[in-house]
Amino acid sequence: MLLDISHVTKTYAGPDAISTSRVLDDVSLTLTQGETLALTGESGSGKSTLLHLAGALDHFDSGEITLNGIALSTLDDTGRAALRRSTVALVFQQFNLIPSLNVAQNLAFHARLGGKPDQAWIARLIQRLGLGDLTGRYPEHLSGGQQQRVAIGRAMALRPNLLLADEPTGNLDEATGDGVLDLMLELVAETGAALLLVTHSQRIAARLGRHAHLAGGRII
Amino acid sequence: MTRATLQALLSHWGRHPLQLVTLLAGLALATALWSAVQAINAEARASYQTAATQLGADSGPYLHAPSGLIPVSQYVTLRRAGWQLAPVLQGRAVLGGIWVSVLGVDFLNPPALPAFTQDDRPETGLSLDALTAPGRLFLHPETAADLAQASGLPPVSITNLVPPGVVLCDISLAESLLQLPGQLSRLVVLPDQSAGLKPLADLGDLAPDLVLSQPARAADTARLTDSFHLNLTAFGLLSFAVGLFIVHGTVGLAFEQRRPMFRTLRALGVPLRLLAALLLGELLLLALIAGAVGLVLGYLIAAALLPDVAATLRGLYGAPVTGGLTLRPAWFVTGLGMAILGALAASAQALWRLTTMPILAAPGVLGWSLRAARSDRWQAGLGAGLIAIGGLAIVVFDGLIAGFALLAGLMLGAALMLPPALGLVLRFGQSRARGPVSEWLWADMRAQLPGLSLALMALLLALAANVGVGTMVSSFRLTFTGWLDQRLSAELYVTARSDAQGTEVQGWLAGRADAVLPIRYTTTQIFSTPVRVYGIADHPTYRDNWPILTADAHMWDRLAQGRAALINEQLARRAGLWPGSSVTITPGWTLPVAGVYSDYGNPSGQVIVSLDSLLQHAQDVPNRQFGIRIAPERAAALARDLRQAFDPPLSRVLDQAAIKARSLEIFDKTFVVTGALNILTLGVAGFAILTSLLTLWTMRLPQLAPVWALGMTRSQLARLELSRSVLLAGITALLALPLGLLLAWVLLAVINVEAFGWRLPMYLFPADWLRLLALALLAAIVAAALPTRRLSRTPPADLLRVFAHER
Repeated sequence: MLLDISHVTKTYAGPDAISTSRVLDDVSLTLTQGETLALTGESGSGKSTLLHLAGALDHFDSGEITLNGIALSTLDDTGRAALRRSTVALVFQQFNLIPSLNVAQNLAFHARLGGKPDQAWIARLIQRLGLGDLTGRYPEHLSGGQQQRVAIGRAMALRPNLLLADEPTGNLDEATGDGVLDLMLELVAETGAALLLVTHSQRIAARLGRHAHLAGGRII
Repeated sequence: MTRATLQALLSHWGRHPLQLVTLLAGLALATALWSAVQAINAEARASYQTAATQLGADSGPYLHAPSGLIPVSQYVTLRRAGWQLAPVLQGRAVLGGIWVSVLGVDFLNPPALPAFTQDDRPETGLSLDALTAPGRLFLHPETAADLAQASGLPPVSITNLVPPGVVLCDISLAESLLQLPGQLSRLVVLPDQSAGLKPLADLGDLAPDLVLSQPARAADTARLTDSFHLNLTAFGLLSFAVGLFIVHGTVGLAFEQRRPMFRTLRALGVPLRLLAALLLGELLLLALIAGAVGLVLGYLIAAALLPDVAATLRGLYGAPVTGGLTLRPAWFVTGLGMAILGALAASAQALWRLTTMPILAAPGVLGWSLRAARSDRWQAGLGAGLIAIGGLAIVVFDGLIAGFALLAGLMLGAALMLPPALGLVLRFGQSRARGPVSEWLWADMRAQLPGLSLALMALLLALAANVGVGTMVSSFRLTFTGWLDQRLSAELYVTARSDAQGTEVQGWLAGRADAVLPIRYTTTQIFSTPVRVYGIADHPTYRDNWPILTADAHMWDRLAQGRAALINEQLARRAGLWPGSSVTITPGWTLPVAGVYSDYGNPSGQVIVSLDSLLQHAQDVPNRQFGIRIAPERAAALARDLRQAFDPPLSRVLDQAAIKARSLEIFDKTFVVTGALNILTLGVAGFAILTSLLTLWTMRLPQLAPVWALGMTRSQLARLELSRSVLLAGITALLALPLGLLLAWVLLAVINVEAFGWRLPMYLFPADWLRLLALALLAAIVAAALPTRRLSRTPPADLLRVFAHER
């Protein structure tokens, strides 16, 4: 089992700091190597929160998440950061490239941070993603679709076990979004990574191997 | 509509209270430092005016001799001819180890001085003992306190009707204190004159050498101290500019952050004119609040610094300044005006952008950074242009103003060129970086540069001013110390009470001292300024030690033979007299200039001739001061014997070390104000970095969150944030070093020459640079500590919010 989310609960403090809001309520979910899962739900249903918990970006209140055999509740800040450098990669709706680095530097950044940059693989990714002419450009000079392709390249350059994608096509038009999704699925299949993708779109969800729906903080 | 719009605009500050505090603090600090300097200047000028009135400088027309002093015999002649005149003898003398201005008047026939005409006359205690030996001195309370330790002085009366630093006494006592027997400085023409006298302007037969002049009021003192006040004003302006950097940065950021709000307000129908007017009104309100706070701070700073400034002005120029501060309405209004003008100047760009840029243009901090980056080339060009204009000013024009134009051009130009220069350094650093984190760090620093550049420019100015002024002061101190060693080469200095006692001292010392060197001088006027002419004996003490700057061959031999004169640097520069030219000491007495010597701390000109020449051309030169050469180990015993051997005791017996210590004490006091302003300016620059980092904080999270998500811990990022600030401050400090040294050179070689008449050699003090570098890094660490601590403690939820609804 690559990812095992077991009876996880997550509560946020309300704006008055007294009341609380339970975003996830006893959520359980599993994902094996090479599997793709679409997570859908209404706005505020807890999709992104679950993704962040799976990526060791945030802490849960109760339950357990095991990633690649490691229980996340046992990790401190350094251990979680190490996991994000080695096992998990993320693709965000807003792309979140590093504005001060150019395309080539952005693309290799995560892999270099993890200490395993495979130059041949990165070069292949640049070709596959159609970024060959853009390597010297900075994010501010790229279109949304180009930026998201760089973000996918950055994630896949790491050869992660688990790819987490939060509305990766939410900021793109349908045609561009489809192209980006195609690339992502191809690369995931090629590397054998698992994919957990958050989306509003049933059409996109239908293209993934499995589908889970969150409502009121629970998987239904 | 206006109310609703204003409410919306002001709501920004409620959401960003720190930004508001930063804006107010920046403007308040700028106003404080500027108004403190202005308060000090205003107080000093008011003191000059009061002193001029108290000294009777505006009491009526007076007669004076352009060649120097008026013999008493001439006064007697005029009195016998029926003129009602009040004689005045004025000059500077050292009493109790400090310089004072001595004003001697005829107590039975005084000019119209407040000390004699105002109601508290009884307080002055003008009684018979003021007219009989040993006389009586009338002193301001501050002067009395300064002279409290002085020995051998006549009885003292304390009065507020005499300016500080001035000793008022009967003319006979002044003759003795100034060693100018039978001499007068001027004759004040009293208002009631007998009928039938010749017109004053036509005194050809009675007093051929005298000239009738109108009262000069405070002009002389003001002119003398102008350079000092100009220096202070320049420092005040620099501090003001450094403070405005903070305001400019904060207003710029607030504008960018509110741009979406402006867009919405416009879309909802608020006219551009109303929006601009409301923003202007908001700015004026903030300026008034900050200005008021700044004035309070400025008053406190001025009150703290004024006693030292007063001591400096009295010690250096004999300018009478009290140590107390008065609140003046004009100062208050000017201070508020400067706060408003400063706020408008610092916000002009932001307001202009509001009215000219399409309101629907893409908002956001990235756009701001990009625009700033694009302006780099333009900025570098402007900076180079300003430096060139400053350089041109000093080539084309002479004078202090041209010197300050060079300084201003240099400082502002260099500040403008800083961001492009830092950009180049960072680009180089990025190209050499290995590893993803260091690559990102260098690239990120480049990206952050526009947001930090104003604070870094402020830091550059503050550091360069520190290096420049520090180098100037330390070079001056080193030179001054060496100069004191050369000038004060005699082991003891003795002043007798009279010429007769002087002769007695010479006789007594024969056989007891290795050499007795008379110090005798008279006063004359060269190019309409008073100059002292010293006559010296031919002795190795002078030949071996005198601080000569430039000399002809066989200078000392020619001097000893009465065929040449030496002049001090001040006179040389002012009159353009150098070896090869001639100086007319009095009509009919002209000598070639054989050498020029340094003479620091003295604003007046000086000539040295051989003692025989002096006595030949000026009779009745007092013979009361002597330098005594003796083996150093025997000096203390001889001083003790000298103090006990005479009745009445000698006026003064001073050893070399005491004079040097006192001189250095005065020197150090002179630069206390400069040091304080230096530290304050550096503090403001440190504050500018802190405020920039804090205001940029909201922009940092979206940039740092992705890096954190990719696997760096918050504490790692916090450490990198700290390194970033330290690195930028360090590079800025390194760039400030050559600028500071250039500034020091301008101060030493241009400003000092114009202001004081002497040029100083420049020395380098690497230990001071290291200390300053450490201080700059410390300032950066302190400034970055708060944002860094915040980052290391930012909850993951806050970082995740970036991904949820960024921008």
